[in-house]
Amino acid sequence: MATKRSTSSSSSSKSSRGAAKLPVGKEDVLAWYEDMLLIRRFEEKAGQLYGMGLIAGFCHLYIGQEAVVVGVQGALEEGDQVITGYRDHGHMLAAGMTANGVMAELTGREGGYSKGKGGSMHMFSREKQFFGGHGIVGAQVALGTGLAFADQYKENKKVCATYFGDGAANQGQVYESFNMAKLWNLPVIYIIENNQYAMGTSVKRASSEVELYKRGISFGIPGEAVDGMNVIAVYEAAKKAVEHARSGKGPYILEMKTYRYRGHSMSDPAKYRTRDEVNEYRDHKDPIDQARKLIVEHKFADEDALKEIDKKIKDIVSKSADFAQESPEPDPSELYTDVLIETDA
Amino acid sequence: MTIEVLMPALSPTMEEGTLAKWTVKPGDAVKSGDVIAEIETDKATMEVEAVEEGTVGKLLVEEGAEGVKVNAPIAILLEEGEDESALEGAGSGGGKAKADDAEESDDDSGEDDAPETKASDVSAGAVESESKRQMHTRPAASDPEVPEGTDMVSTTVRDALRDAMAEEMRRDDTVFVMGEEVAEYQGAYKVTRGLLDEFGPKRVVDTPITEHGFAGVGVGAAFGGLRPVVEFMTFNFAMQAIDHLINSAAKTLYMSGGQMGCPIVFRGPNGAASRVGAQHSHDYSSWYANVPGLKVIAPYDSADAKGLLKAAIRDPNPVIFLEHELIYGESFDVPDVDDWVLPIGKAKVRREGSDVTITAHSRMVGFALEAAEKLAEEGIEAEVIDLRTLRPLDTETIIESVKKTNRLVCAEEGWGRMGVGAEISAVVTAEAFDYLDAPPARVHQKDVPLPYAANLEKLSLPGVEDIIAAAKAVCYAE
Repeated sequence: MATKRSTSSSSSSKSSRGAAKLPVGKEDVLAWYEDMLLIRRFEEKAGQLYGMGLIAGFCHLYIGQEAVVVGVQGALEEGDQVITGYRDHGHMLAAGMTANGVMAELTGREGGYSKGKGGSMHMFSREKQFFGGHGIVGAQVALGTGLAFADQYKENKKVCATYFGDGAANQGQVYESFNMAKLWNLPVIYIIENNQYAMGTSVKRASSEVELYKRGISFGIPGEAVDGMNVIAVYEAAKKAVEHARSGKGPYILEMKTYRYRGHSMSDPAKYRTRDEVNEYRDHKDPIDQARKLIVEHKFADEDALKEIDKKIKDIVSKSADFAQESPEPDPSELYTDVLIETDA
Repeated sequence: MTIEVLMPALSPTMEEGTLAKWTVKPGDAVKSGDVIAEIETDKATMEVEAVEEGTVGKLLVEEGAEGVKVNAPIAILLEEGEDESALEGAGSGGGKAKADDAEESDDDSGEDDAPETKASDVSAGAVESESKRQMHTRPAASDPEVPEGTDMVSTTVRDALRDAMAEEMRRDDTVFVMGEEVAEYQGAYKVTRGLLDEFGPKRVVDTPITEHGFAGVGVGAAFGGLRPVVEFMTFNFAMQAIDHLINSAAKTLYMSGGQMGCPIVFRGPNGAASRVGAQHSHDYSSWYANVPGLKVIAPYDSADAKGLLKAAIRDPNPVIFLEHELIYGESFDVPDVDDWVLPIGKAKVRREGSDVTITAHSRMVGFALEAAEKLAEEGIEAEVIDLRTLRPLDTETIIESVKKTNRLVCAEEGWGRMGVGAEISAVVTAEAFDYLDAPPARVHQKDVPLPYAANLEKLSLPGVEDIIAAAKAVCYAE
């Protein structure tokens, strides 16, 4: 029970042409397609701006993994929190943060979510309940568990979606957090984005147990492996996990089997895997292509309407790139602000 | 409009590279994500992917070309509906829009004519004085007046700390206490005694032995709107958790542009205990006081312990509250007033004197006062300053004192290298150099891990005699 694969029970995974019963309607599918496309195009643009020297430092692109955040976000409700590591641009866009604000943070400008003081790995939006953006591998797992602790304390019926990668899954504090989360039945969903490489080290080379969804067994936390390239499968699994957590039954682990097309960061040539492996995902499992196929099969939109969406997304992204270059650098006086919250004393 | 493909920077430091290989030729259709070329830098070979859809119109750089500058156009893509005629005029600056701006403001900034890059390049001197202002805030407030006739209640430091937590928990129901053995066991050092009975297990939370984890959970709960008081059984064990204290609690407000306040108190005994060896006897004062984004408090007596812990719990920032096991059981007067809260960042002159200033915090304050009494018998009047808060440091009070005494001894329990005394000596030397009649002296633990053997432990830790010796030395007395 604790280790059931959602793919075997999911109706959406049966690809009977045109007739597959979907757990959601046209609006959701189209909205998710749009969200995934926004993330894809945004990240491609970020890569381009990085190449032009407008974005600096570490920049980790989310291309290939779009279905994970979009599907999970679809299962959350307003007020639920989201927290993740440093590959965070997709999570922010999915949480409803603006492309302008995120891109301007990438370029280190005043108009960025952290006024240019955080950068790619450190962005936040209290308004959208997005709690970062954390640069220390695994730190967000304890922090997300703490956000869930606050939810339970305040009895607000909210849950915290806590994302981390296959690399972070080997950090000690992850298991300290699992233990407390189950001990106290905190409303937290742990989403392991297993993109198969922790920087350059494959899961096989780093993990004694490669089925990461089993990592909660000794704590009594149920876990499931999910096809993370399929937004519908992600949504269905997330919905179940969110209901579990919200109903007071405690934490839930979802291992999203996914793949990043680009290197770990911009300066990673990704020589630890073959081009064929990347192409296999890109050509046959791409989350956006899959969603597009679904839309066409179910006649949710025709080619013209899809082109319209492409155009709209391209426009948003292109405007965000303009904004990110036009927004000024932070004023030098910002150097000393936000170190501490001012008090009377 | 044709699209220029520019030579990309593949790392934060790359300025130029070799175009090793083209994997497309004019006429090829490409879509976003397709590999179009391979580039070599001094570190690696990387593939360049197309970011736009189109048809390759023209390759502007030959295969094998070395020293291709970042951002130089390397190819031209034709958009849907365009043919080769669109190439005319392109490649020499026709089709670029945003790339231009980038080159001008980023690449040529060596010439220093771009005002925006200059703007962030504040002169070192300005930064230094600003940072002084930042680190050593001048505290506006001073201790509240104790009305005449107020009862003074003799209280142990231990109970004063407990009273502070209990009062703040009554006042604000988002305040809760978590840590190892804080609830049912009533506290490893009994500091949380009675809290479980009054507030119940929801607000007095026993954690597993899992410092890294519960420090992170505490910070997350603070981000989520609660006011955690996290007890470390000792700060020695907080070393497992220090990543969350610094990277998560102290830095996130800044990195979020002011959005992510973290109202949390980390408290527990710090420094030497008695015969527990090196791993259980470490004084972390200077470690935490080094970090912007934290407030660091190290009180001595019961009134300060209570008043400053209440202030720490109310403070919207992360506070490191360093207690001392060896003074938990000592009793001092606490004014019996309704709400005893003291200002953070304000030192206290514990004894006035004209000949030498002695700074100390936590347990060393007691030693400094004892030393001062003995020095007085020999005709040397020492002024003893209890720092109380290490960050922000009340440099004003210290400097005012040194201007009067012209001599300085800095006493601390921890190691001296890069220590609290080193910082105070530097500040006083910089800001009151002309008033000093002797180089500042430092009293601290010997530069070794704390030994277990009774005689060696005694030799290692600083005490009254060390302070007396240092005070005499700066007074050039026998």
